[in-house]
Amino acid sequence: MDDSDGSLKPRRIVFVTVGTTSFDTLVRAVDTHEVKEELSKRGYTDLVIQMGRGSYIPTTSSGEDGSLNVEYFTFSSSIADNLKEASLVISHAGSGSIFETLRLGKPLIVVVNEDLMDNHQSELAEELAERKHLFYARPQTLYNIIATMNLDTLIPYESGDAVPVAKLINRFLGFPDD
Amino acid sequence: MIGKKRIKTKNSNKPRFRQSFSIFRHSETQSVSSHKGNNPCLHRMPINVLIIVTTVISLVVLRILYVVYWSSKPFRTKSTKPVSTLIILGSGGHTAEMLNLLAVLQANRLSPRHYIAAATDNMSLQKARVFEDSLADKRGDQTGETAQFLQIYRSREVGQSYVTSVGTTIFAIAHALLLMMKIKPQVILCNGPGTCIPLCAIAFFFKVLGIRWSSIFYVESIARVKRLSLSGIILYKLHMADQLFVQWPQLQKKYPRAQYVGCLM
Repeated sequence: MDDSDGSLKPRRIVFVTVGTTSFDTLVRAVDTHEVKEELSKRGYTDLVIQMGRGSYIPTTSSGEDGSLNVEYFTFSSSIADNLKEASLVISHAGSGSIFETLRLGKPLIVVVNEDLMDNHQSELAEELAERKHLFYARPQTLYNIIATMNLDTLIPYESGDAVPVAKLINRFLGFPDD
Repeated sequence: MIGKKRIKTKNSNKPRFRQSFSIFRHSETQSVSSHKGNNPCLHRMPINVLIIVTTVISLVVLRILYVVYWSSKPFRTKSTKPVSTLIILGSGGHTAEMLNLLAVLQANRLSPRHYIAAATDNMSLQKARVFEDSLADKRGDQTGETAQFLQIYRSREVGQSYVTSVGTTIFAIAHALLLMMKIKPQVILCNGPGTCIPLCAIAFFFKVLGIRWSSIFYVESIARVKRLSLSGIILYKLHMADQLFVQWPQLQKKYPRAQYVGCLM
């Protein structure tokens, strides 16, 4: 894992996360020749996939032939380190991983799971994509998004603030302002 | 009438109980008399019963309106006395948002704190424990306040059949009732999903009966941009939440009684 192999190329990791459930269509979409080639063309060196409870096992590769180095795991107690290491994050539409990624200032592609019954999650990703904080994709459009995205167009997300609502609650309950 | 008070007097719930029993008794009498409607001896009864039933129903309706009206009004008396608080943790993103909010609320005012999560959610209470530990570290003591961590049965799990869910719903409501009687919260903080509904409904019921006044705050999840969640809609439409906060301006336009507070995350 370290740079002892003598390669001068710095690691640029793409981290894929599906969250606590499964999202095989996303893992499958990432694990295609065209997507991997496009990522490689864009200078990414590693692909790390958190596949959750999914049954589709992505094909791993050591990346010795100059292609992407592909690894996967099912779950980890915290994906914070994976996110920190990553140069690009491809995530499911859960608000937890969206905001964790945005707060780290990492470029993010959110892929909406269209198989979910109550698909309210797309609302958040759509809204944030409209505000140019992330790219919005469906499993079928993932390749297109990766091929056409320009990371420079992304606007950094300014973290929200819970203080206004805390003030309202305090005032409502008759606590003095301070 | 039991007003909106922080501290309720012990004997204040007695008349309220009596009223609620009388509704039951009269409606029973009414159904009996309608069955035996042919009996001439009972002909005079319905008018009296009707008057009593109408009076009771109007009193109950008035009481509900009174509760709804005062619920939406902030407390007029300033106080720094801590209030017993129930925090309902949703799971995943909901729990993260709730802990994010708690981090900026003054913990010493919301005390003691009781956390509730669904029995099937094993992450949320763990996260709440970590949060409480960090508060204790900040205070620099271990003895002061203590928080309680409780689990609640859910009325229906994902994929459970509707037939068996009747039984589990009854069980879940009974469990929620037991927890609410034990916790006696003055403040309830929740942000969905469904776990909070039975607890909020019981809290509202307790308010109407004059058993206990608790202020219910619901913060709609940041994931809801265009429509309220089902829990949000229930609490909004039935006027069960004292204050309902939304994180996107579009939602406030659609639900004018909600308050727009900007993104919390």
